[in-house]
Amino acid sequence: MADVIRGKVFVVGDNIDTDQIIPAEHLSLVPTIPEEYAKLGSLALSGLPAPYPRFVPEGRMQSPYSIVVAGRNFGCGSSREHAPISLGAAGVRAVLAESYARIFFRNAIATGELYPVEVTLRLCEKLRTGDTVELDLDAGVVRLSSGEELVVAPLGDAREVIRRGGLFEYARATGMIR
Amino acid sequence: MGMTITEKILARASGRDRVAPGENIWVNADILMTHDVCGPGTIGIFQKEFGRNARVFDPEKVVITPDHYIFTADEKCHRNVGICREFAAAQGLPHFYDPDGPSYSGVCHVTLPEKGHCRPGEVIFGTDSHTCTHGAVGAFATGIGNTDAAFVMGTGKLLIKVPASMRFVIDGVLPAGVMGKDLILRIIGDIGCDGATYRAMEFCGSAVAALPVSERMTVCNMAIEAGGKNGIIAADETTLDYVCSRTGRGFTCFASDADAEYFSESRLRAEDLVPVVALPHSPDRVADAAACGDMRIDRAYIGSCTGGKTADFVAAARVLAGRRVAVETFLVPATVEVARELSGISLGGKSLLAIFREAGCREPAPPSCAACLGGPADTFGRTHGSEVVISTTNRNFPGRMGSRDSAVILASPLTAAASAVTGRVTDPREFL
Ligand code: SF4
Repeated sequence: MADVIRGKVFVVGDNIDTDQIIPAEHLSLVPTIPEEYAKLGSLALSGLPAPYPRFVPEGRMQSPYSIVVAGRNFGCGSSREHAPISLGAAGVRAVLAESYARIFFRNAIATGELYPVEVTLRLCEKLRTGDTVELDLDAGVVRLSSGEELVVAPLGDAREVIRRGGLFEYARATGMIR
Repeated sequence: MGMTITEKILARASGRDRVAPGENIWVNADILMTHDVCGPGTIGIFQKEFGRNARVFDPEKVVITPDHYIFTADEKCHRNVGICREFAAAQGLPHFYDPDGPSYSGVCHVTLPEKGHCRPGEVIFGTDSHTCTHGAVGAFATGIGNTDAAFVMGTGKLLIKVPASMRFVIDGVLPAGVMGKDLILRIIGDIGCDGATYRAMEFCGSAVAALPVSERMTVCNMAIEAGGKNGIIAADETTLDYVCSRTGRGFTCFASDADAEYFSESRLRAEDLVPVVALPHSPDRVADAAACGDMRIDRAYIGSCTGGKTADFVAAARVLAGRRVAVETFLVPATVEVARELSGISLGGKSLLAIFREAGCREPAPPSCAACLGGPADTFGRTHGSEVVISTTNRNFPGRMGSRDSAVILASPLTAAASAVTGRVTDPREFL
């Protein structure tokens, strides 16, 4: 189960709340309806104020960035599952943040949308949007284009839940529910 | 070694004698609440995972309160309330508060305690981060996402991690003009937006004991603004007076042991507290209201689960009686019961509603979340430009009330009302 995620990063700062990830006006979209799931992806991170660049280009449904790099307390604010879902729908496979708000972290795991990985270093000041990194979950490191390798916090049991596609898939696969 | 109130409640809910912070345990839910924003997604997952004909774990324990986007022309919003309505009918849910029917109530977190769904010692899950409000009656209450909620809906259980507890002891007497909102903003300012992440925030001390239930709700409501998993205040006589008249179900009260272990303990002297505000764009940018007098505001907003309860409007009316507002002032009672009390409660011989009208406030909107979280373009009170709003709500991240260019200053209802009168951030003690 090699999980190596290589891609371009989109860099944000501290306390990126759920309104910035998916503004409240779009919460009428229901994630379990496929077209609305896709639409949520096109709106991911559309609540970021200027001067952030667009995360999903105009007229596109997915983002060119598959990894989001953030500072502290990523995903704070509301309990909306729309937040990790919009990122996942936009094509994000992992977030590398210094820390997460509890509900976002849990929702990312329960939905299996993305790996919420903790980095001990202030990566958001080290990287710039558009840089390429490689997250190697087996090795527990992130490799920068400079060749530098940084250790990330292990996801523990959560990794397997995400890999299987979320709480229900995991619960079924492991016989917790039928 | 003793246990905290949070640990005791979780031990009971998991059928164990004791639990310790960090343990992952399965707990039984006493209440699962959802609303129009997260209900349809939760229902969708529930039906996909448990089957279209699956039944909820206990219809008595599933409460659905459409409240977020219920007064708008937006079709998707109507559809979403419709999904909740159909589901409630198909499942025979007795506690569906239909905005289009006689059971219409308003904001979930004020509805739950009012209608007797919150009891000490119980475990309350809700698909809303401010579910932590219900710790005000000595319950364990926390917000969860749709997938977790769907799991609870089907099984009545959830796997959770026992949080370590942070203890906040506030002794003394709160000075006049200082409210529960000022207390919790002060704490958030001190520990930061992630100062309580993954942890329980337990409030106690003589100043907390003196707070009525609605003020305790304000305090616990904003635990999430410090990242807390739950906020909690042990039940006492005040709690029992409130709860017992509203519920017929039995419950058990828990209290922390004297030798319980805490992650941290902070002590505040109530006498040292002053009216404060949280400046844009973060609830932890806390400053004394008196020091912000040069900040002009464009509007005032009194509403939400934090600041739209009856006591909040009474506080605002104390300042607004006999005065005129200098900026547009929006009033949104949290529930139908609160709206009724605007006419039913009088100060100095005048109803609250009459006081607000004479002060030049806009006519109150029907109970709902309204502009607390922006919403569709036609939402009452939503910002559309670069307005600076002083608001009794709980969050002020960029774009929270609609426009990304607008700015929100969080305050108590006393401070919001005083600021509405002067058109700048104002310490309400100037008017009391
Ligand atoms: S009033 Fe505001 S904070 Fe409270 S439930 Fe509604 S949207 Fe959330």
